[in-house]
Order: sequence, then structure tokens, then C-alpha cells
Amino acid sequence: MPTLTAYIEGIGLLGPGLTDWPTGQAVLSGREPYQPRKTVLPSPVLLPAAERRRSCAIVKLTLAVGLEAIAAAGLDAASLPSVFSASGADGENCHIICEMLASDDRQISPTRFHNSVHNVAAGYWGIATGAMTTSSVLSAYDASFGAGLLEALTQVVADDTRTVLLACDTAYPEPLYRARPIPDAFGIALVLAPQPSAQALAQIAVSLTDAGADQLDDAALEYLRLAIPAARGLPLLRSIALRQDQQVVLDYLDSARLTAAITLC
Amino acid sequence: MNPLWLSHFTATSSIGRGLDQMLAALRQRRGGLAPCAFETVDLATFIGAVAQLDAVQLPAHLAGFDCRNNRLALLGLTQDGFAEAVRAAIGKYGAQRIGLLLGTSTSGILQTELAYRRRDPATGALPADFNYRSTHNTFSVADFTRHYFGLTGPAVVVSSACSSSAKAFASARRMMAAGLIDAAVVGGVDSLCLTTLYGFNSLGLISDQACRPFDARRNGISIGEAAAFALLEHVPEHLDADAVLLRGIGESSDAYHMSSPHPDGLGARMAMQDALRTAGLEPSAIDYIHLHGTATQSNDAVESKAVQDAFGSGTPCSSTKGATGHTLGAAGGVGAVICALGLQRGLMPAGLNTEQLDPALKLDYLLENREQPVARVLTNSFGFGGTNCSLVLARAD
Repeated sequence: MPTLTAYIEGIGLLGPGLTDWPTGQAVLSGREPYQPRKTVLPSPVLLPAAERRRSCAIVKLTLAVGLEAIAAAGLDAASLPSVFSASGADGENCHIICEMLASDDRQISPTRFHNSVHNVAAGYWGIATGAMTTSSVLSAYDASFGAGLLEALTQVVADDTRTVLLACDTAYPEPLYRARPIPDAFGIALVLAPQPSAQALAQIAVSLTDAGADQLDDAALEYLRLAIPAARGLPLLRSIALRQDQQVVLDYLDSARLTAAITLC
Repeated sequence: MNPLWLSHFTATSSIGRGLDQMLAALRQRRGGLAPCAFETVDLATFIGAVAQLDAVQLPAHLAGFDCRNNRLALLGLTQDGFAEAVRAAIGKYGAQRIGLLLGTSTSGILQTELAYRRRDPATGALPADFNYRSTHNTFSVADFTRHYFGLTGPAVVVSSACSSSAKAFASARRMMAAGLIDAAVVGGVDSLCLTTLYGFNSLGLISDQACRPFDARRNGISIGEAAAFALLEHVPEHLDADAVLLRGIGESSDAYHMSSPHPDGLGARMAMQDALRTAGLEPSAIDYIHLHGTATQSNDAVESKAVQDAFGSGTPCSSTKGATGHTLGAAGGVGAVICALGLQRGLMPAGLNTEQLDPALKLDYLLENREQPVARVLTNSFGFGGTNCSLVLARAD
């Protein structure tokens, strides 16, 4: 089974009760109790005023986790290729469009429409960071974190380049919530590099496996892992938070999971 | 990059099911655009609809995936022996060693648009028969396809608006180069829905007639739908002379605006030049450029400038969106298949509907078909969010 290897140089995290990676590290390592609280999305200050006004939840979430990871790695966002992975695009925006299209007045606004594309966060990311590099924008429903991780790793391995993975999901309001019950916004960003460096946190070596995905001991965190596709990456972050060399199994498709051997740097 | 072999390919659009119908339409310069009579849409525009999609039936065990987009996927997969080729590849490589990477922009969102008309008046709930996961969700078309074939390897949908299915080739190339898979089913499927028709209308970007790429009086796009697929394999030792190879890929981002291209076409130029660089080719080696050519004022002007900056004005080029309409997330796949067909059959297809070339666009835009040997071509796909992807395809000889 081929193994894809990369070095994690920076981590970004934002979700219910997890305000950034240092906070998440304390919670995932068990030093602090997990206290779920609604995710607060910061204003995307890097965007020009017009784009900031037009931006939606998935844009704010993606910018927040991506910039945290890249700052931690001490890199320039404009230089990095990127991989955006999400189960769907912005949930609230989708709901409003569907509501309007079912009404007597179908004249949705231009901003609503361009915010509806799955690559809305990638588009705003480029505008905010000036990155003219390639960006892959993916969906694999509940397997979106694994699909994004594989895409990012194949960039690192095949093209010998650093890249940033941005796995982010936002909630649908009712009535779509009942069909797709993602409860809140949650995102993980990872800066991955082909070679070890001073800022490298851990090496990961990933391959497909038939084994079942690792669960989290804390019931509230385990709920999060199962409820939000991007949170399927939490076992990887927990291993780094615990400062332990570990083999973790991350959820992916019904036909395969991802096993990641984590070696701290 | 190491070239990859398009061992099989197929496309279904408003100009026909499969390659023979597509080739005949291109040779006869027959377009598939007609006044919009889709669903309850009340817009004065032309669309490129695939005929008799309503009659397509998904296999009973996959009935939960039933929606316009997955019907189109199935119709497309079953043309030109493509499904048989995928099954043969499963026999050769194993179901887990074949990647599935498909592009779509709106997937089966039509299903949700329709469900919102049937909400419970008291609770607002969507109808009980609505299945979000297997229809609306962006991944649905890949999920349907993997279940249809029993593929168990990496599967993903690429959804970067109108570059989606071109970028599926790029992701597949990386996956194969990294050794994760031995072959890949790539392509894209996008189907008509209200979101895109009313959305592009809100931006003032849909034409009231069949779209006219590169015409001086062009006034917007015609939305179409299509399914296009290719099976990518490593290049074997012996190939037929007319085998088609994926030789180069270029990807970039404009980092400029959500719905307007970079005014100087910088991102588009970078993608084309990167595609040439990865192919190891000079601009003069390209015989024909299949343009993105959507027929909006600004898109065609910017692409023209970018092509001129990368190639000069001498390379024959055209857009086939006057024939198929803009098939959005499937457009990159359709472009790749038209190019592959052109390489095998010796055809540079003319653009349709264009009456008076815009004198400001200084390219060798084809208004007549050229039937002649074609060795190497480049095809462009650009999209909302400033996403750009160019592919270089070439004959193996």
C-alpha cells in the first residue's frame, strides 16, 4: 500500500468551544475540559471593505483557520497552493437562494449567486491573500476531510511543494438542517511541507486502510467528530496535542479509511 | 510531467449522445441551443438541454440517487463503451486502485429547488421523499458513479465552478504520480437548474439568443448541460498512432474578483504558460486552442488578451459554446473530449453563431471548420472565484 508522507508546519482550528489551535491543544490533550460554545467567526479583516461586506460564514471560517495555520508556520499565504474541502458551500446562502427560487420573485442578487459556488471560500481567499497559485476545491460529503488530506498530500508528494489544506463546514438552517444536520461551523487548516524544517511539528505518513476510524474519548468531542465532516480530522490533531507518536485512523469513505502514522518533530 | 493516456473518452451534451453524434454535429456545424423551455423558467434565453433525460432510469438499487444530474451522468457513462472500459480497468487494476474524480458546479441542487416548493405549510419541513445526500450534495455524482461501478478507491468531486472538470484531470494526475492509484475515471457532469439560470441572469450575463462567442455584438452566455468522461492510464509501451495523451496541465488563481476575470488576463495567461511548461512545449507547437469563450463581453476580451500574450495572434482557435452552450462544471471535460476527438479525426471545429468577429479580439478565430491533421492542442477552462485551468492534449505519434 503506497504511503504519502509530509510534514505539518502549522495548524489552524476553529469550532464550537475551540477558538484556535492553542485552545484546541489544551482541550484535546485533556489539560482543559471541553466546553461546547457556539462558534464565533471573526470578521475577515484581510478582505477589502466591499468583499468583507459580501462575505459569508464559510469565507470567514476558512480565512480564520487558514491564516492561523500559515502564521504559525511563518509562511506567506500568497506563495502557497491550497486545497479547500467542504461537504457543501455556504449553508445559509444556499437556503436563501432556494427560498427565493420557490417564491414569486426569483430575482436572486448577484452577490447571493456568486456566494453560492462551492469555491466561494477559495475565491475570497485569493482576493484576501493575493495567492495566484493553484487551488483545488473539493467535496466528498462526510469524507471531505480525508479527500482534502489526500489531495494536499498528493500535491506535496507529486509536485514537491508546500500546500495548505483548509477543511471547513458550515451549518444549514432549517429546513435543510433536518436533511443535513451539521450543527455549527468548524474548520481545520494544515500547512504541509515535503521536507522537515525548523517549524515542522510532526511528520505524517498516510495510506488507505480497512480499519475502522478512531473515536474520541470525550463524548462531546466525539459528537462533534461525527456531526461535522471537517471534524473527522480531530483524531489527528489530538495525537499532536498529546505530543505522542501514534498511528491514528481517520474516517474517509465507506470503502476505505486513512491511517496516519504520526511522528513528532 | 509524465504524459497520461486517455484510453477511453466520451461526452453527451445538447449536440448529441456520445462521440459519433458529437462529431457529426461539429462537422455539420449543428448547434444544440434552443429557446429556454426548461421547467418553469420564465427567462428569455437559449439553453443547451440534453434530450430525453427524463426517460433515463437509474438501476433500482441506486434509485435513491435519482435526480437530473445523476441521470445525465448515467446517460453519459453508458455511451461509447465507456462503462465497459471502466469495468475492464477494474479487472486489470482492481477496484481500489482506480480513482474517481468528477467535476460539477451545482450537482443535483434542482432537487432541493423543487423540494422547497413542497414545504409543509405548517412546519416548513421539506417533503419526506427529499434525499439531500444522494441528490443535492456536491459529492452525489461521484458517489452515484462509484456505487454504479463498485469502485472502492479514492473518490472526490472537484467543484471550482466552471473549471471543475478540467481540474479533475489535474488532481488525478497528482494522485497517479504519487502512486495512490493506477488509473482514474475523470470528467464532469452539470445539469440545468434554476440557481444558475436565475443567477447568471442576475449578473446580466445570459444572452437572449444563442450565444455568440467572439462576436462584436456578443451579449452573454447560453447555459447548457453535459456529461464528459475520460479514463486516464499511464502510457503503455506501445500505443496506437492516434492515441491521445494528456501532456500538460496549468492551474492558477486570479486573486482578483469573485465574478469578473483579472482585467489583464494574468491568471489565464499563467495557466496556459504553465500547461505549456509542464508539456515541455513552445507556444508555436500548439496547432489549435479550444477557448473557454463564454460569449460575455469581458470574458472573451480578457481571454483574447491572455491568449495573445501567451501565443501571439496566429494560433487557430475557437469556442464550442455556440454549439453546446456553457456547460459550467462539465465544460472542461467537454473541451477535453472535443479536443481528443479533433486530434483523432483531424478536426478544428469552427465557432457557431458568430457573425461578425469582434475586431478588438485579435485572434485567428475559426468561423469555418478545418479538416486537417492536428497534433497538439490546448483547452482553457476558467471560472468564478478566478479559477483557471489549461490542458495540453496531443497525439501519441
